[in-house]
Amino acid sequence: MIAVEFVLAGMLAAATPFLLAALGELVGERAGVLNLGVEGVMALGAAIAFIIVYHGGGHVAAFAGAGLAGVLLSLLFAFVALGLQANQVAAGLAIGILGQGLSALFGKTYESLTVKGLAKLAVPGLSDLPVVGGLFVQDSVVWLSLAGTLAIWAVFAFTKTGLVLRAVGENPKAAHSIGYPVIAIRVAAVAFGGMMSGFAGAYAATVYTPLWADGMIAGRGWIALALVVFGTWLTARIFWGACLFGAVSLAGLAAQAGGVELPSQLLASLPYLITIIVLGIISSNRRLLKLNGVASLGDPFKP
Amino acid sequence: MSAALIWPRLVKRERPSLSIKILAPLVALMAATLINLLLYLIMGKNPVAVFHAMLLEPFISFASFSEVLLKTGPLLLIAEGLAIGYRAKVFNIGAEGQFIMGAIFASALPVWYPMATGQWIWPTMLLAGAIGGAMWAGITAFWRVRLRANEILVSLMLSLVATQVLNYLLLGPWKDPNGFNFPQSVMFQYDAMVPLLIPGTRVNASLLIALALALAAYVFMQKSFMGYKLEVGGLAPRAAGYAGFSEGRAIWLSLLIGGFAAGLAGAAEVAGPIGQLQRSISTGYGYAAIIVAYLGGLHPIGILFSSVLMAAIYIGGDNALVSADLPIAAVRVFQGSLLLSYLVALAFVRYRLVFARSASGGAS
Repeated sequence: MIAVEFVLAGMLAAATPFLLAALGELVGERAGVLNLGVEGVMALGAAIAFIIVYHGGGHVAAFAGAGLAGVLLSLLFAFVALGLQANQVAAGLAIGILGQGLSALFGKTYESLTVKGLAKLAVPGLSDLPVVGGLFVQDSVVWLSLAGTLAIWAVFAFTKTGLVLRAVGENPKAAHSIGYPVIAIRVAAVAFGGMMSGFAGAYAATVYTPLWADGMIAGRGWIALALVVFGTWLTARIFWGACLFGAVSLAGLAAQAGGVELPSQLLASLPYLITIIVLGIISSNRRLLKLNGVASLGDPFKP
Repeated sequence: MSAALIWPRLVKRERPSLSIKILAPLVALMAATLINLLLYLIMGKNPVAVFHAMLLEPFISFASFSEVLLKTGPLLLIAEGLAIGYRAKVFNIGAEGQFIMGAIFASALPVWYPMATGQWIWPTMLLAGAIGGAMWAGITAFWRVRLRANEILVSLMLSLVATQVLNYLLLGPWKDPNGFNFPQSVMFQYDAMVPLLIPGTRVNASLLIALALALAAYVFMQKSFMGYKLEVGGLAPRAAGYAGFSEGRAIWLSLLIGGFAAGLAGAAEVAGPIGQLQRSISTGYGYAAIIVAYLGGLHPIGILFSSVLMAAIYIGGDNALVSADLPIAAVRVFQGSLLLSYLVALAFVRYRLVFARSASGGAS
């Protein structure tokens, strides 16, 4: 029971880096762009946010800085992949390697330093509930991320912006012929994705585990990419997927604390193994992917 | 569109000339060098000293160049294997994991039989490593062909898992009992080492194997019908399907070749310069080889040159760390910017810029 409480209380915070990055990638992929650089953009955002908080700039400035860095790095990707129509896989990998390199370069003198995280805000009344009470005690970024998830869901479900984004991803030729600037919309979607990845990195390094270590993103950007597939490009399912991964990363700790003898390396690989297995299950359902997949994902478009 | 006034347009070249294809990586190297030297200047390092240490020194002294050759081996092997897959549009980015698995499979023999002797040991280790790498890549192939899962994500996740398997072995069952608790295996016996090629250096016979396989890759990709089928499958999967080329077989073949080569490289690393299984068997070779493959134009001969260049950047980065106090992370920044510059340069191989008022806006 204590383990359940522990997982419930920490799940949302652990899920937030996955959620933010996956939602950003979702917007880009809905517009038809596959950006594989998420891991590197998160790493760069993490380094910049950490440095800002460490020097007393505060969390607001840290998230702004990380978001801006994410936008800039993603615009570089957009220039190469959309402007010059380079191979999106190669361009994404290049951005990823560059982001990880810059992150290590900037963070070098901050290795294993710590900063102060954020205070938790409780929902009065609900937070006193037994067992599930911990769910309602979260830091402000978690609350904002939940609001952001709702907003993105609403944009796709109800607004014209959401429809235009999807049109550009499904059939760029048709969108172009009725007068939508396909490339500009795709660039904007990619920039938004970069900002969200920057936020995700900032949360990981300054709130969730407020200490700096090179390589601290540890594959979370790649899992976020997989989450978009798991969620079959639907906001709500991506949210539940992120929660699942948040819970998995804590369940390992809970099991260890509960005296279950497992090699720590197995626990560390658990998120990766689950990603591989779920990816296999979801992908083998071809109907599901056909129904929700993005038709022109990764294809270059030349107006 | 009314907005497009003198905005440059990309117009596809009828046929990119060979000279411009060769020019692209060179221009990319120059651009990346300039950008990075500027970065070093901003960081307060002496750019002239860094340039000398990073890009000249590896080629000037023989001792340094022999280390370049030593690092060329694994990069060449992995990149040749990856390029075959990339041409078929099978994006195996998990060579790092396949490399690690190769090193683990190869190490099993000397770890379990440390007293064994005979010249059969090192070839057996190389073979075991190659098989291990191919098997690890085979998981990705199965996931891709049978379950239709994206090979990019699966192969990368498997690399992260391989790192943990390596950690498990080194901290647990394979840890050297007399190793002062360091996460490393026993030192391998003499017969587990690939024979040296150039006396007085660390360059060993695995470089010859890499060169031989590069030649084999050339014959396979440029001259054989099988290689042709693979490439058609990548360029026009539907056409290939109608012609009776199976997509599944192409994916299996691409991944198994890539895994085999990466596993062989991993085996040659533990049976060569390192001589034991340890955590730092790879300094990102699997990822750097992706850049090597692209920079070489996915062509077996081009990769020969790009692997030497990437090896030089590794050695040069080590030099610059010592002589110009450049952080080692700068090498990764250089690698990333090199691939980006190449993609930009490549755009001008495939297209030319036309500065003209677009007369008919809708023409595509």
